Amino acid sequence: MRPNQGGRGLPLQGTTTMAEKMKLEIVTPYSKVLDEMVDEVTATGKLGEFGVLPGHAPFLTSLNIGELCYKKDGVAVCMALNWGYFEVQDDKIIVLVETAERADDIDLERAKAALGRAEDALKKLDPEDKKFKIYEAALQRALVRMQTASKAARK
Amino acid sequence: MASLKSIKKRIVSVKNTRQITKAMKMVSAAKLRRAQENVVAARPYAQKMGEVLQSLAGNLQGEQHPLLEKREAKKLLLLVVTSDRGLCGGFNSNLCKAGERYIKENAAEFEQISLMTIGRKGYEFLKNRHTIHKNISNIISKPNYQAAAMVAQDVIEGYLSEEYDQVVMLYNSFRTVMTQDITFQQLLPIVPEAKGAVDEVGIEYIYEPSVEDLLTQILPKNIEVQIFKAMLESVAGEHGARMTAMDSASKNASEMIGKLTLQYNRARQAAITTELMEIISGAESIKG
Repeated sequence: MRPNQGGRGLPLQGTTTMAEKMKLEIVTPYSKVLDEMVDEVTATGKLGEFGVLPGHAPFLTSLNIGELCYKKDGVAVCMALNWGYFEVQDDKIIVLVETAERADDIDLERAKAALGRAEDALKKLDPEDKKFKIYEAALQRALVRMQTASKAARK
Repeated sequence: MASLKSIKKRIVSVKNTRQITKAMKMVSAAKLRRAQENVVAARPYAQKMGEVLQSLAGNLQGEQHPLLEKREAKKLLLLVVTSDRGLCGGFNSNLCKAGERYIKENAAEFEQISLMTIGRKGYEFLKNRHTIHKNISNIISKPNYQAAAMVAQDVIEGYLSEEYDQVVMLYNSFRTVMTQDITFQQLLPIVPEAKGAVDEVGIEYIYEPSVEDLLTQILPKNIEVQIFKAMLESVAGEHGARMTAMDSASKNASEMIGKLTLQYNRARQAAITTELMEIISGAESIKG
């Protein structure tokens, strides 16, 4: 994990006693999934996991298929994301993703079935095949879903 | 004058038609609401995507990305988005005619104009006049992102392999329930909007992994989003158009029923009058 890059004229002027918060928006083509004030966000980027705290410098990255967790008033919530963008600007985070699922919404059985299907297909296919990449992504999605769901179940 | 029985029959049949058009209007109204919600829900995504793209393209130095590069346009692909089903007024035919006109006007400029259609109606209209490069039906009635992504991939592949040098999308954009705007939109090459506007914002982003990498990913996504948005708008427009068409059909039917009822009553009155006359004259003759 990379350290939080201190942004724009830290320490923040007029620091209040209250903890700073960031606005987190998660948008998919079908709907706005989330629009909340949060304390901390961690997500899986192309180059690995990273965290963002209030006062972060403007930042734009692409996300891998992976998890996004945010903390709000001490409660951590995780979501499974499927490919997207992550933008930070002025304590406002915008996440553009194709799908975002809350841990409770994930159907574990379905994810397991998808995992099995993808594994079978990958065994048969040649890595050069066009479909190989598609199934590889499917495999990863299923894994992330299961991971997110099982985390929530343990709590 | 038509016989009483035949008028009655017509009234019944027009009433049946009105019932159907009324029901179709109700269904369209319900579907329209959902389609409109979808359009609104997709808007922030498309808009944000556009913003990110602009800021990236503005920061791009040196080598051009192939999807941004402007080639000499010789071969054009026209992507026509229509609906699968009819009975929605001039919704499809107006669009197809506009496409037809566009092809005629631009025929001189391009060596070749190929067509790709989404939706059965556009395909049926255009297939008799032109050769259709590819037709994709049965996805427009329930637009989903995956379907749009598949179309986008097709388009991008064709563009990169230089099957065509320019891609224009033609669709009905949703303005109000009553009106749809016929829209031509250039999909490829992507034209970044005025660069000056981006510079004014002047925010220095940290890009990860790099501007180029991000751009290679976001450009195809942008095409997907554009097509998805066009599909959603077209569906909303279709339901709107059908609703208006069915509304006016119901109104016409009611008017027709009114006229026919009047005719029926007149005919009935006339029949009664002649009968009375016959009776009276019969009675008179007996008396006499």
